[in-house]
Amino acid sequence: MLAYYLRLGVRSLRRNPVLTALMVLAIGVGVASSMTTYAVFRAVSGNPLPQKSNRLFVPQIDIWGPQAQARGADLPDALTYTDATALMRDHKGARQTAIYPVGFNVVPQNASAEPFAVSGYAAYADFFPMFDVPFVYGGGWNGAQDEGRAAVVVISSQLNQQLFGGANSVGRIVRLDDHDYEVVGVVAHWNPRPRFYDVNNSNGFTDPPDFFLPFTRAVDVQTDTAGNNNCYGSAGRKPGFEGWLQSDCAWISYWVELPDAQAVQAYRRYLLSYADAQNRAGRFHWPAKITLRNLTEWLDYEKVVPPETRISLLLSLGFLVVCLVNTVGLMLAKFMRRAGEIGVRRALGASRAEIWTQFLAEAAMVGIGGGLVGVLFTGIGVFGIGLVFEPDIARLARINIELVGLTLVCALAATLASAFYPTWRASRVQPAWQLKSQ
Amino acid sequence: MQIRPIFATLRHHKAGTVLIALQIALTLAIVCNALFIIQQRVTRLAQPSGLDEANLLVVQNQWVGRPTAGEISSSMAADLDTLRRMPGVANVYASNSYPLSGSGIAYGIGHSPDKRKFTSTTAIYFLDQNALPTLGLKLIAGRNFNADEIREIGPRDKIAPSVIIVTSTLARRLFPDGSAVGKIAYVSDKPSIIVGVVERMRSSSVDSSFAQWVDASTLLPFRQLANTTQYIVRAQPGQLAAVAARIRSVLYAANRLRVISPKEGVRTFADVRALAYKSDRGMAILMASVSLVLLGVTGAGIVGLTSFWVGQRRKQIGVRRALGATRHDILSYFLTENLLIGVAGVVLGGLLAIGLNLWLMQQFEIGRLAPGYVLTGVAMLLLLGQAAVFAPALRASRVPPVEATRSV
Repeated sequence: MLAYYLRLGVRSLRRNPVLTALMVLAIGVGVASSMTTYAVFRAVSGNPLPQKSNRLFVPQIDIWGPQAQARGADLPDALTYTDATALMRDHKGARQTAIYPVGFNVVPQNASAEPFAVSGYAAYADFFPMFDVPFVYGGGWNGAQDEGRAAVVVISSQLNQQLFGGANSVGRIVRLDDHDYEVVGVVAHWNPRPRFYDVNNSNGFTDPPDFFLPFTRAVDVQTDTAGNNNCYGSAGRKPGFEGWLQSDCAWISYWVELPDAQAVQAYRRYLLSYADAQNRAGRFHWPAKITLRNLTEWLDYEKVVPPETRISLLLSLGFLVVCLVNTVGLMLAKFMRRAGEIGVRRALGASRAEIWTQFLAEAAMVGIGGGLVGVLFTGIGVFGIGLVFEPDIARLARINIELVGLTLVCALAATLASAFYPTWRASRVQPAWQLKSQ
Repeated sequence: MQIRPIFATLRHHKAGTVLIALQIALTLAIVCNALFIIQQRVTRLAQPSGLDEANLLVVQNQWVGRPTAGEISSSMAADLDTLRRMPGVANVYASNSYPLSGSGIAYGIGHSPDKRKFTSTTAIYFLDQNALPTLGLKLIAGRNFNADEIREIGPRDKIAPSVIIVTSTLARRLFPDGSAVGKIAYVSDKPSIIVGVVERMRSSSVDSSFAQWVDASTLLPFRQLANTTQYIVRAQPGQLAAVAARIRSVLYAANRLRVISPKEGVRTFADVRALAYKSDRGMAILMASVSLVLLGVTGAGIVGLTSFWVGQRRKQIGVRRALGATRHDILSYFLTENLLIGVAGVVLGGLLAIGLNLWLMQQFEIGRLAPGYVLTGVAMLLLLGQAAVFAPALRASRVPPVEATRSV
């Protein structure tokens, strides 16, 4: 029977090709715009480390006081060198690392090659196990090397390819600026998006870092931060690198791993008592204030999903709703025009359920057509998305089998939903009334 | 034109009427807000940087091997000399940053050495006496820096300039009651004398969170001996492309121990501007295309549904024609019918538009929708409705009176 209904549907759709094309296009365009913006939204709003995101935390300490907050400034989203090193020393979390972005130049051994710039992060040994960093060769350095300010480096596969042709380079030497570093590990492709541990410095979607080196070593060789350096109210500091380290400039990201709720409570208490102690020592002149956010809360706080992405997703959904209202209207017109035919069928014994099946089958065909058009437009949309979004973000949106499937399912579901009312109306057609008016 | 019979018919077609009105309402709500967002973004795109942007290009240079401040000083002086002698170059200076570059320094500036009590946040540019002619900044009071006022500073040195130049916006904010030239302001914990006021120089960031102080910049007479330097170059008219193509190799020929990225190391100011406003431009394009397609879909929907109604009412139309109604009467009947539905739609849509705007204001940094946008949207949708209904209505008016006598 379904095959017969489908045949009937095809015939009916072909009777008004313009109306049919209009419905298919409306569904296709509406679904495609939603899917394209959803592809971007999904890419930027994902959880970069789902298995651990509720165990990783970022502390903030109020070093600026209520005066800064009265001006609309929130707590700094980084720590000062003083606080970061104190927290590292106290070692109250299961794992913890201070992090800051750094940039160096590499002079290749091959004298004819031009020097090039690399960017990476200074961090502590816990960085690698804490963030589940995968390695192709070797591994991270250890705590003793942190203490010893060892001249070691972990490089990316890409830099390893560039410098060593992709061979196992553990034990080899890389020259960064004016110092040599021994390679201890090569990271497999690892670039969590967003790059949660650096969203206070970047948009979180840039190219993967080229290297990691011990924080202690980077500070030893007076490496400046390549990220933000927020020095509210500290113009009176001492000059030079040492003066900067001792200042109230906030520039260090800090992450701590806390295994359970109890540990989180304990760490919160510890942070408060630390800030209190600073207060008593005369550094702050206001009540101690701290925050401790987990990874997902931190991404929200840092507004990692750009407002453009949210607005365009909302707009596309609104657009889809209009397309659906449009389809409801057109289907209603189309179905009710056949009131006579329905009357005859009902009079000849077709039940309401059969009318439902017939018209939903016809709607499903429109839905599938809309889905196919939608897939085509989504493809064009994803291709052209570089026009609309920043390149870093635009390239995250890719068309894959999941997106194609989702587009088809959405188109079908949306069409069936919009066919619901017109079909209900069709099924209510009174056979006697229709036959009489013929 | 009698309206009552139209209402009677519409009551007969409740569902279709409601659907068209709803579609018009939703379209209006979205299109008004989209227009408003487009206008906001386009305004941002059009904001002047204060620079004479044509013929400008920037080079980002990094030194290799961590040279000392002294070494950087002599290499930088050599570079500036090389660039100045390069054919096609009109002027050049070295700085930490430039407008729209996306990264730079910001300080508080005010009337007190206590840096917690500042009057305004200000973008900080380290530059020399060549900056004003290179950028084409307009000096509206006081004077430019003198060559002997330019100091060299290391990346972490204390910044306490004896003289500064400020933008007119900042001058007004610091000294609302008169000229700022010759007055004292604190950009560090030491006083600085304002020697000049330039009309405008934008901050390095165009992010909307900096909107408050985007034109409040301070120019400091320093040459910063940091590892990364921006050379800002003015080419002679017509020479920009030639200079941009050759500048990297000229600098490398003079000194190889540097990194100028082959991809982004040399950029014309047009590139800088395009990148800085990429998301604004993108948002405007997206909103415009969605609005257009949306209007198209709504128009097509009205054509579709009205055509159906015309088909359904052929007999009635025939009867009316037989009873003496002119073609014009039939045409205006359908136009009026659509107008009534359209008015209902735009009233609802206007309310929806304002509601949507209020909600967007809470969620995003969006201003209050001006009534002009709603009115424009209303006019647009009513016209669209009339245009969409015209063809089916014309077809209806051509229904011959004899239709009344035909049985279906």
